[in-house]
Amino acid sequence: MTLETTSESDIATPSHPVPVRTEDGHPVRNAGLPLDLGMFEGHAVNRSAAERRAATLGTRRSVKKLHQAAWLVNAIRCIDLTTLAGDDTEGRVKRLCAKARNPLAGHIKEELGISDMPLTTGAVCVYPTMVAHAVRALEGSGVPVASVATGFPTGLMPLKLRLEEIKYAVDEGADEIDIVITREHVLRQDWQALYDEVAAMREACGDAHLKAILATGDLQTLRNVYGASMVAMQAGADFIKTSTGKEGVNATLPVSLVMLRALRDYGAATGYRIGFKPAGGMKAAKEALAWQILMKEELGRPWLSPDLFRFGASSMLGDIERQLEHHVTGRYAAAHRHAMS
Amino acid sequence: MTTIANILDTMEYGPAPEDASIVTDWLARHADGFGHFIDGSFTRPGETFEVMNPATGDVIARASQGTTEDVDAAVAAARKAQPKWAALSGHERARHLYALARHVQQHARFLAVLESLDNGKPIRESRDIDIPLVARHLYHHAGWAEIAKDEFPGTAPHGVCGQVIPWNFPLLMLAWKVAPALAAGNTVVLKPAEYTPLTALAFAGIVEECGLPKGVVNIVTGDGDTGGAIAGHKDIDKVAFTGSTEVGKLIRRQTAGSGKALTLELGGKSPFVVFADADLDAAVEGVVDAIWFNQGQVCCAGARILVAEAVADRFAGLLRARMETLRTGDPLDKCTDVGAIVHPVQLDRIKTLMERGVAEGAKLHQVAAPQGCFYPPTLATEVEPASVLATEEIFGPVATLTTFRTPEDAVALANNTRYGLAASIWSENVNLCLDVAAKVKAGVVWINCTNVLDAGAGFGGYRESGFGREGGREGMMAYLAHPKPRAKSGAKELPAPDAAPHAAGAESGIDRTAKLYVGGKQARPDSGYVYAVEGPKGPVGRAGLGNRKDIRNAVEAAAKAGGWGKATGHNRAQVLYYVGENLAARSAEFEQRLRSFGATEKAARAEVEASVRRCFWYAAQADKFDGAVHQTKPAHVTLAMHEPLGVVGIVAPTAHPLLGALSTVLPAIAMGNSVVLVPSQTHPLAATDLYQVLDTSDIPGGVVNIVTGPRDSLARTLAQHDEVAAMWYFGTADGCATVEADSAGNLKQTWVEDEAARDWSGGAGQGRGFLHRATQVKNIWVPYGE
Repeated sequence: MTLETTSESDIATPSHPVPVRTEDGHPVRNAGLPLDLGMFEGHAVNRSAAERRAATLGTRRSVKKLHQAAWLVNAIRCIDLTTLAGDDTEGRVKRLCAKARNPLAGHIKEELGISDMPLTTGAVCVYPTMVAHAVRALEGSGVPVASVATGFPTGLMPLKLRLEEIKYAVDEGADEIDIVITREHVLRQDWQALYDEVAAMREACGDAHLKAILATGDLQTLRNVYGASMVAMQAGADFIKTSTGKEGVNATLPVSLVMLRALRDYGAATGYRIGFKPAGGMKAAKEALAWQILMKEELGRPWLSPDLFRFGASSMLGDIERQLEHHVTGRYAAAHRHAMS
Repeated sequence: MTTIANILDTMEYGPAPEDASIVTDWLARHADGFGHFIDGSFTRPGETFEVMNPATGDVIARASQGTTEDVDAAVAAARKAQPKWAALSGHERARHLYALARHVQQHARFLAVLESLDNGKPIRESRDIDIPLVARHLYHHAGWAEIAKDEFPGTAPHGVCGQVIPWNFPLLMLAWKVAPALAAGNTVVLKPAEYTPLTALAFAGIVEECGLPKGVVNIVTGDGDTGGAIAGHKDIDKVAFTGSTEVGKLIRRQTAGSGKALTLELGGKSPFVVFADADLDAAVEGVVDAIWFNQGQVCCAGARILVAEAVADRFAGLLRARMETLRTGDPLDKCTDVGAIVHPVQLDRIKTLMERGVAEGAKLHQVAAPQGCFYPPTLATEVEPASVLATEEIFGPVATLTTFRTPEDAVALANNTRYGLAASIWSENVNLCLDVAAKVKAGVVWINCTNVLDAGAGFGGYRESGFGREGGREGMMAYLAHPKPRAKSGAKELPAPDAAPHAAGAESGIDRTAKLYVGGKQARPDSGYVYAVEGPKGPVGRAGLGNRKDIRNAVEAAAKAGGWGKATGHNRAQVLYYVGENLAARSAEFEQRLRSFGATEKAARAEVEASVRRCFWYAAQADKFDGAVHQTKPAHVTLAMHEPLGVVGIVAPTAHPLLGALSTVLPAIAMGNSVVLVPSQTHPLAATDLYQVLDTSDIPGGVVNIVTGPRDSLARTLAQHDEVAAMWYFGTADGCATVEADSAGNLKQTWVEDEAARDWSGGAGQGRGFLHRATQVKNIWVPYGE
């Protein structure tokens, strides 16, 4: 007797826990809410339980063979290919953009049967002064340019200058702005100040999407993470993002879990679908799978697309490419045989 | 054909099968059937039965039906091997257990795949939970083997252990049984469940591979008859059983009066209590780990969700959404959360119970499951406390959801069950969590977590969930015994009390009437009769002729005295010192009483002095016999707390009318129990004199109740009373057997002994052993981290 397994699509799915507010068939951008402390104050987050859930996510699900290859390709679509270093130059940014346009070697794409598929990374992410280089290098590719701003990574600059920095990056052509919040506002639970700051930044962004970096490594407690997530969304963030990559602790699964639950709860209350971006420290293809499993388990298919999910990573792409080459050739790959970014 | 483009569209997981070929090849090599593992080698297969993979219905092996001859042979092998095994140094036994642990780890994947094939549990669980816990248990007990002599002085192994284990965690339950038994120096005859014998047989192969001495571990396969033959075997010294409460009671009756030690780990209907301030998402994941773990076939499963009304709708919504992502199906697929039900018989049982529940008004919320031996993850709502779904252990992936209003309401609902195995409590308020943990009747309490297990902590239940613990120090105690005192000749039957009037004996002074003592008040016996208390030269007084109604009243009074158990040890110590003080002040009177029964002056003085000393000894222990913090998992505090049992029925020895009563009552009340005492039938007046001492010593009413009269009929009423949690009986061999058999009704813990065996005046008359008898261990798991 063979097992009759029910395919996932046959399972009667109830309406998604996060309803979607649309206009002309398109999801509506988060318009924010007035500050509402009731949506997060007193919200319990038990760290031990979050860690337990996070620890078993990757052991409860497994993607193998063809499916694994597809999931890795999907990860590429969701990568914000990033360079945020003091020695960034125009040349370095151009190289990065070339990789973003063509993240996978032609022979691998061919073997995977996706030669015809337009495949790029989700975006390129740079400092404001590098935006113009990136915009030029990506022209016609459809790859958006994201810029960090607001005194990245600590954000400890006068608000006026931080808003100016956003406007500068937008003027340079950035499509997305990764802002950092003032951690002090969270640590002092001055939610109004945090709300006002992010709302002002959102206004400064104009049509550019705002990704709010919470720097969760600095916030420490998961209750802080939940509260900061909720305030950022209420103030109009399009994405919430874990880390700058410069804190002592970068993206972790337990922190991400809590942010996703905040995002789910905000969406359930408002109908706005908010994106999520873990960033920092993610290097291995295996991690790309783990985070996607987290997204699928907690939020479902919609959050496996670049409009709602991004990885902030630079070196992960190289490992993914190596794994995909192994998938198509059956031989283990060496990094130096792949085009670097 | 599935292409990458298709998958990118759906983002499904796709199949992720575990390769089972090494295991199926092994099974193919044993296609002729497995024999038993007796005296170090496998027997030729006898009459065999089919072993099935429940996920596919395929017959994957044949195992032998163990006959009484097979059991005889296995017991004989174990008996022969035991003295030598016990005589090995702890270090040598530790090396053997260490080798078993190492080899289990080396064969971990083999065992995991085999377990999933045989039982139907998801490979994730057998791989990540069952088998690692097996290895951990063996390592932990390699340690106990090494140090048992130092840590448990004065104890010895029981001898040959007969062990019968269930099908839900086949190899893990084997490890829980075999590891402590071997560490303590016992040898074993173990029967795995009929549905799932294969990992035990593979383990037998590992025993061979490790070179364990022949006969130390014997595995006999078969059905319940084989299990009965083991439990009832005359040459088995200790029986350990994990399984249903129904079979546990049969074994209790079967072994009554045999002198066999017995531990039972039985069913449960554990509460899962969610307070309004809990992390609700965390609690939802808790439910997944509680009832959708191992298809809900878990004795400690949090099957009864009790949720605060204030958050019930939100919680139920989150839970239903979470259920949608559970994947039920092929146990060998690495993406499976819920596998196959162990056997079609069990599936039918689940379905029947669910039909009854629905007929009683329950509403079911279910998610998808494949055809075959699978049952969908289910949430049942509108389940009233009287519903079959709330009272019966379903042993399937079914949780019920009931709301409560207040913490008091939650505790009342949580304890509204015959069982008492485990409880899970969810709240961010540490005061509330620990308060409820203290009030809930369960051997294992998980705070903000569930089904967390470790060899370092004891596991086992209260009430009809059984007695004895597995794991940790308390688990080792179940496989070691203090040498039993033996009577030179067995205690005799007592003459029936004579309730007719008598010519006066040696009485003098103002006439005194001894009554019963119930709820802190003197009470006339319900019968309206008194019986003569004999002295050396005829009757010296009369005592009330108690009957079953007096026992009923006394138990009711004792049950109401629960506040005593919540008092501090210091408070109880103060009262016990006061008893000693008042007893000493009346020593002349008590000596006189004892002399009237025929004691010499010297003996009477010694008995009263020993009684006063015993008051002080147990007063001293009252605030010192405390629990432990176990070493278990990282970022967990695991508290092993000694708790009183509740109402303890005590039938005191006949000799030493005063000291015998106090030697048994004092340890019980020092630990916070309340007691119903049946004092020496022939000389009850020393005990009835005590009630004036108790009154003047601030013992709260109902903590000590005294019913005089015919010992063995009062003992039976006590043993049959469902409110009595434990029964200590010192009398005849027949009385011991009757008490043990009658205790099966609510599975009360028993301590029975020939009344002539123990020297009550000496060191054997008191000790920590008495305190262990007077307490049960509650393990409370508190994870931490911010």
